[in-house]
Amino acid sequence: MRQSPISDDPAVLFELRDVGLDRGGKTVLDALSAGIPEGATAIVGPSGAGKSTLLRLLNRLADPDRGEISYRGRALTAYEPLALRREVGLVPQLPALLEGTVESNLRYAAKLAGEPLELEKTLGHAGLDPSFAERDVNKLSVGEQQRAMLARALAQRPRVLLLDEPTSALDHAARDTIEAALADLRRELEISTVLVSHDPEQARRLSDWVLRLEGGRLGGCGPLAEVLA
Amino acid sequence: MIPLAAAATSIHVAVWQVAASLALVALAAAISFWQKADLERDIAVATGRSIVQLTLVGYAIKLIFDVDSIWLVLALLAVMVLFGAITARHRAAKVPGSFRPLLIALALAGGATLGLVVALGIFEPTPRYLVPVGGMVIGNAMTASAVALNRLGDEMGDARARIEATLALGATAREAAAPTVRRSLRSGMIALVDSTKTTGLIFFPGTMVGMLLAGASPTDAVRLQLILLYTLLGSVSISALTATLLAYRNFFTPAAQLRELEEATT
Repeated sequence: MRQSPISDDPAVLFELRDVGLDRGGKTVLDALSAGIPEGATAIVGPSGAGKSTLLRLLNRLADPDRGEISYRGRALTAYEPLALRREVGLVPQLPALLEGTVESNLRYAAKLAGEPLELEKTLGHAGLDPSFAERDVNKLSVGEQQRAMLARALAQRPRVLLLDEPTSALDHAARDTIEAALADLRRELEISTVLVSHDPEQARRLSDWVLRLEGGRLGGCGPLAEVLA
Repeated sequence: MIPLAAAATSIHVAVWQVAASLALVALAAAISFWQKADLERDIAVATGRSIVQLTLVGYAIKLIFDVDSIWLVLALLAVMVLFGAITARHRAAKVPGSFRPLLIALALAGGATLGLVVALGIFEPTPRYLVPVGGMVIGNAMTASAVALNRLGDEMGDARARIEATLALGATAREAAAPTVRRSLRSGMIALVDSTKTTGLIFFPGTMVGMLLAGASPTDAVRLQLILLYTLLGSVSISALTATLLAYRNFFTPAAQLRELEEATT
């Protein structure tokens, strides 16, 4: 597997220490202290618990107002943000591709990361067949766009993938395709995943470590069997 | 050189002629009253302001022509740039810290275009040329940069998800904002490009009309109009480009994060 250009401490991926964040005079995250190991982690909790906000802190799309987050033993702020984001990819909840084809989006992402693009293989990892390469992103269904977003993130060969409700807008069939793709990723590419989901069943299917948020506070953190017993 | 001075002095407009043209203002007010458009008050204010403002400007220009000092001209242009930036800032309300980009954009557009037309020997560096041309250049630069930043403010709001998704790939702020900056620049320039395309077909531009009324030959009127149109094209492209390239940065933190983001709390 590819070595990290910026860090290589394998034990703990992310460590949160007293992390807090306010928005519009409201506390969104409050005194969060937890660890996220390598492997598959799910962040669960009800709507408004701060799950997506926490996910965005992990690749510095935003910074906490209080506390500190470390990645592989070093403070997140010690990394160069752009390099960090190429290593710790994020797939947002709503698809937001650039104008053009699926292929042009993948090429853009690969170029940013300085990685060669294996187009068909990358599409395949996201559950898309090669015919999707030439498709205009505006003519894809939401489910296809979400898979194209996943493929675009994979084109950068990240070591960690942050996934924000990757199946929230999908029907069962499309959801199963994405879930199967995510399970394959872990097996074949050894990518660690941090998945935000409002659905405890999905967390059970896709993770072995769970972080539960309730109203911006930690409601539980540990192995799947303990937290979602 | 364009024989502007000879043409401009060849007619005299009497006060009674201006007063007579108020009949058309009365007509406009009557139409508004009749159709309940509720614009009578605005028409009255607009008419009053136009008389006062243009009269004051007329005296100011007369003073500047009489004194004939390049420093006074530069001071007047600086004041135009300052007020232009203040005015344009209101149109760019959604752009944080828009005043500085606008001020720099207008100063650069005015300085570069006027400097170039003087350097190329098109106009003499005298108040008679620099004051009216400078006014047009800065006025058009103001409109273009205001439109561009207005669009930038809207687009940065609409395209937040796409911009942040691009940042999440490790793109720089500049790369993530590039499509938005491109569209904003385009919208700042497109009005003048379009009116340049249709000039003479759908409307007669103001300078040409003014010169014809003042008794200039049609050839001179057309030539001067062309010079001014091309000067304005240069001015609006410099101002729209400078304003958008400086202003988009204000949406990002040094760590390439979008500022003032409505945080998702799901």
